[in-house]
Amino acid sequence: MKVVVPVKRVVDYTQKIRVKSDGSGVELANIKMSMNPFDEIAIEEAIRLKENGTASEIIAVSIGPQQAQETIRTALAMGADRGILVQSDDIVEPLGVAKILKAITDEEGPTLVILGKQAIDDDSNQTGQMLAALLGWPQATFVSEVTPDGDKARVVREIDGGLQTIQINLPAIVTTDLRLNEPRYASLPNIMKAKKKPIDMKTPDDYGVDISPRVKIITTVAPKGREAGIMVESVAELVDKLKNEAGVI
Amino acid sequence: MTILVLAEHDNAELKDATARALTAAAAIGGDIHILVAGKGSKSVADQAAALDGAAKVLHCDNDLYAHGLAEPLALLITGLMANYDAVVAPATTSAKNTMPRVAALLDVMQVSDILSVESADTFTRPIYAGNAIQTVQATDAKKVITVRTTAFAAAGDGGSASIEDIAAAEDPGLSSFVGEELSKSDRPELTSAKIIVSGGRGVASGENFGKYIEPVADALGAAIGASRAAVDAGYMSNDYQVGQTGKVVAPELYIAVGISGAIQHLAGMKDSKVIVAINKDEEAPIFQIADYGLVADLFKAMPELAEELGKAS
Ligand SMILES: Cc1cc2nc3c(=O)[nH]c(=O)nc-3n(C[C@H](O)[C@H](O)[C@H](O)COP(=O)(O)OP(=O)(O)OC[C@H]3O[C@@H](n4cnc5c(N)ncnc54)[C@H](O)[C@@H]3O)c2cc1C
Ligand SMILES: Nc1ncnc2c1ncn2[C@@H]1O[C@H](COP(=O)(O)O)[C@@H](O)[C@H]1O
Repeated sequence: MKVVVPVKRVVDYTQKIRVKSDGSGVELANIKMSMNPFDEIAIEEAIRLKENGTASEIIAVSIGPQQAQETIRTALAMGADRGILVQSDDIVEPLGVAKILKAITDEEGPTLVILGKQAIDDDSNQTGQMLAALLGWPQATFVSEVTPDGDKARVVREIDGGLQTIQINLPAIVTTDLRLNEPRYASLPNIMKAKKKPIDMKTPDDYGVDISPRVKIITTVAPKGREAGIMVESVAELVDKLKNEAGVI
Repeated sequence: MTILVLAEHDNAELKDATARALTAAAAIGGDIHILVAGKGSKSVADQAAALDGAAKVLHCDNDLYAHGLAEPLALLITGLMANYDAVVAPATTSAKNTMPRVAALLDVMQVSDILSVESADTFTRPIYAGNAIQTVQATDAKKVITVRTTAFAAAGDGGSASIEDIAAAEDPGLSSFVGEELSKSDRPELTSAKIIVSGGRGVASGENFGKYIEPVADALGAAIGASRAAVDAGYMSNDYQVGQTGKVVAPELYIAVGISGAIQHLAGMKDSKVIVAINKDEEAPIFQIADYGLVADLFKAMPELAEELGKAS
């Protein structure tokens, strides 16, 4: 079976976020960019399915600027077989991304599309569910375990109260949670090999998708800061402050 | 404006998150109805009807909705949306699962995790783990919105909405429920607790959570939380995780024990009213946002704290 894995290029999770003072957005110049951490987990899961003989081909897809090619290269170096870059310099919202992914899914006919549960830049947590809706497919979100079995898969999901196990028909959409696996690092030989793997260059127009935004961003500001308080010397002093100063116990 | 609020419940109890989503819906303004979809959920419908601010409760009781599977629930909600201008749900894992599916079926862009309502179509929401706040305007004719529950007070009781039973939508037959492993605890629920004692990698084992975190939580009647590192290491199960990708909490008092204060963790707790940090490393970033910091070995400080609190009460 084929597996499609959408990978988003985002600000690396270790970077300090600075909001531009004119309210126009977050400073992206000279900031380290990486693959969205949840998408690394998605790629890793696809590779494991290939290694155990379940998956036959892994296609990494990114929608974004020219540089998102690097994100696809990372996926190829980890073990994906080929890539598709749908180039857009504009922000594409989850609904637009889902529509492009639907067109690609229709074309490629994968059995699984594995996405991250959320992109750590927009924190939307929408794209996988939207893609499932557009395709009329089942969805297994926030998963920590996936076991394909014939034309079905058994999936463990992380929910507010604990864990839920469901069974889904295939083909299906899966979105990854952090504990699904520990993504591998690409080895040097694999990084070299990845340079020869093909990446198809496309645009949203190729898929007939209108990506004009539905949600208008008016301003972006820094959150209200929180100031450091005081250091206490002892547990007794701490309890005293909590009782008599803060009044919270 | 007519707004549908999706109730969060477990077929027995209406969750406090619903009352918070209701407050957000009231800020948008208009007639508000609450949808209770479940199985054997009559008492939930009654609880929803008692919330202050809803005119009507739509109650759909059917096997299809027993476990909140996204595919059937999204069909039910989408079918109702001809009569509504907006659907609002608390940003719980179940609504996060279902609502984007509804949005796509309606060809609408969802606005996730709103922190405030600026006007009927304009909201603020966090991006980059809360390191930036966006003001956004939803231009779609219908609105699909999830609500950061810590940012809205819970609507009170005292309402007496009518309850209307509604028919189930079709069965998409795409997925089925197999089982559930829910953490059982007599402690307050993490997302609505007034006090949380949270442990990180520094706690060093699951056993130590029992030995060093629990007694202090007991003395305070507090919920227990954990960092991702503690969850990954298997000290605590996933549903205890606080942070960008875990639960967002804002208690009166948050005590972080052996937690360094990574931005992903802060994203889930920095709106707590009072933050206490206990860490042996005086350079730990958590001290930069703590109201009270104690540089100490937790294995020494926590038993002392339990004892001191015992004395105090
Ligand atoms: C995409 C993504 C999402 C993430 N989401 C989350 C999330 O939702 N929640 C979350 O928490 N993390 C999240 N993380 C992980 C986060 O980046 C940190 O790795 C994590 O929060 C660290 O947990 P910690 O503070 O317990 O461990 P560490 O950073 O290892 O800190 C342990 C602390 O314990 C102290 N300590 C050790 N021993 C003692 C002792 N005896 N007494 C006192 N203090 C002691 C140390 O000084 C240290 O400060 C995410 C990461 C990524 C990439
Ligand atoms: N521009 C994009 N390119 C590729 N994949 C994306 C893009 N945007 C979102 N995704 C996928 O959708 C997931 C959820 O993103 P979001 O809904 O934005 O939180 C991500 O983890 C990716 O797998």
